[in-house]
Amino acid sequence: MTLNWFKFASPASFYPIAGRLIPVFWILTLLLLAIGLYWGFFETASKLGGSNPQKEYYRIIFIHVPSAWMSMWLYIVLVGWAAIGLVFNTRLSFMMANAVAPTGAIFTFLALWTGAFWGRPSWGTYWDWDPRLTSELVLFFLYIGYIALHSAIDDTRRADRASALLAIVGLIMVPVIFWSINCPDPNQCAALHQRSNLTRIDGNILFSMLTMTLAFWMYGFAATFMRLRSIILTREAENTWVQELLNARRQA
Amino acid sequence: MKARQKRLVFVGLAVLGVAAASTLALTALKGNISYFFSPSQVVANEAPQDHVFRIGGLVTEGTVRREGDGLTVHFDVTDNAETVKVAYTGILPDLFSEGKGVVAKGRLGPDGVFLAEEVLAKHDEEYMPPEVASTLKTTHAEGVAETAIQASEATN
Repeated sequence: MTLNWFKFASPASFYPIAGRLIPVFWILTLLLLAIGLYWGFFETASKLGGSNPQKEYYRIIFIHVPSAWMSMWLYIVLVGWAAIGLVFNTRLSFMMANAVAPTGAIFTFLALWTGAFWGRPSWGTYWDWDPRLTSELVLFFLYIGYIALHSAIDDTRRADRASALLAIVGLIMVPVIFWSINCPDPNQCAALHQRSNLTRIDGNILFSMLTMTLAFWMYGFAATFMRLRSIILTREAENTWVQELLNARRQA
Repeated sequence: MKARQKRLVFVGLAVLGVAAASTLALTALKGNISYFFSPSQVVANEAPQDHVFRIGGLVTEGTVRREGDGLTVHFDVTDNAETVKVAYTGILPDLFSEGKGVVAKGRLGPDGVFLAEEVLAKHDEEYMPPEVASTLKTTHAEGVAETAIQASEATN
């Protein structure tokens, strides 16, 4: 079976592609961050009204919601690559899963951290064992567990398969996090955390929030590809193409 | 069956298994995730009598009363069906106000007053600047009024 896209599945051919894509994603990240932060700070109301009269601190939403979304999305991406790796035995897929994990963990931590600083002024507490908060914390432990399990096994291929399986089992947390506040009957998922409903958000606030989400996503690509390139070099260090690359570098 | 297809089946089964497990877990948890009890449940004696639990509901309008020390607050929590009296000594969160959501952690006193150790404010998912929020309210009120008028015209 020689599908065309298998060509890109080889670490040797993806290494230079990733190298060319990294600056593109960095530029997109910075551009979107600049727009999102400017809009979030200067084009949105300084306080909220109606049934949710929060003051300036509501602006944490521009970091908090995008990082929470990315924490869940990157976990799905991680599991996707891990599953492809298990089925097709492609080396690059496992490397991809490995490269995504730290960025996902950082976003999960950021969501929890900014949530704590938002919870203190609005709800009155940094932390509470609310279903949404607890399930997000479990997601953080899953990322850490994946990274720890992978680094605990010396044989890379065994480490890849074992941690991929852990990641797949952990996928259970993503729907749990989503349903912890968005179940159809509000009485069944009574929580401290409010439900989510994008139609009840002011246009300017929504715009900054979505721009920041895109910015974080682009950052995710940039960081993952940078990490991927070092993983490729480490794992393929013995291969001729890496040796040739090193020789070319030395001569230059 | 090729080795790759076997692995595909294996991974597919693993994902299906996880999905089934999560569905079962969520179904089992339905209604059992009592993060807090509603005033109705408290009145119906469904809440634990002997240890700490949380109640959640709305602060009844016009019931917030402060004692002379300035720190102890009394208020009623309602779910629009039943009401529980709450006493709390401490600093209330910024968003605590009458008619708004609240979650209180504490014990039920012998006289039926809930003695709160911690009071948290709940807020909803509406993120609107004050002027937009007030317009929305007015339009909503107008809409309700119009529907009422139409309904009365229809009956006449």
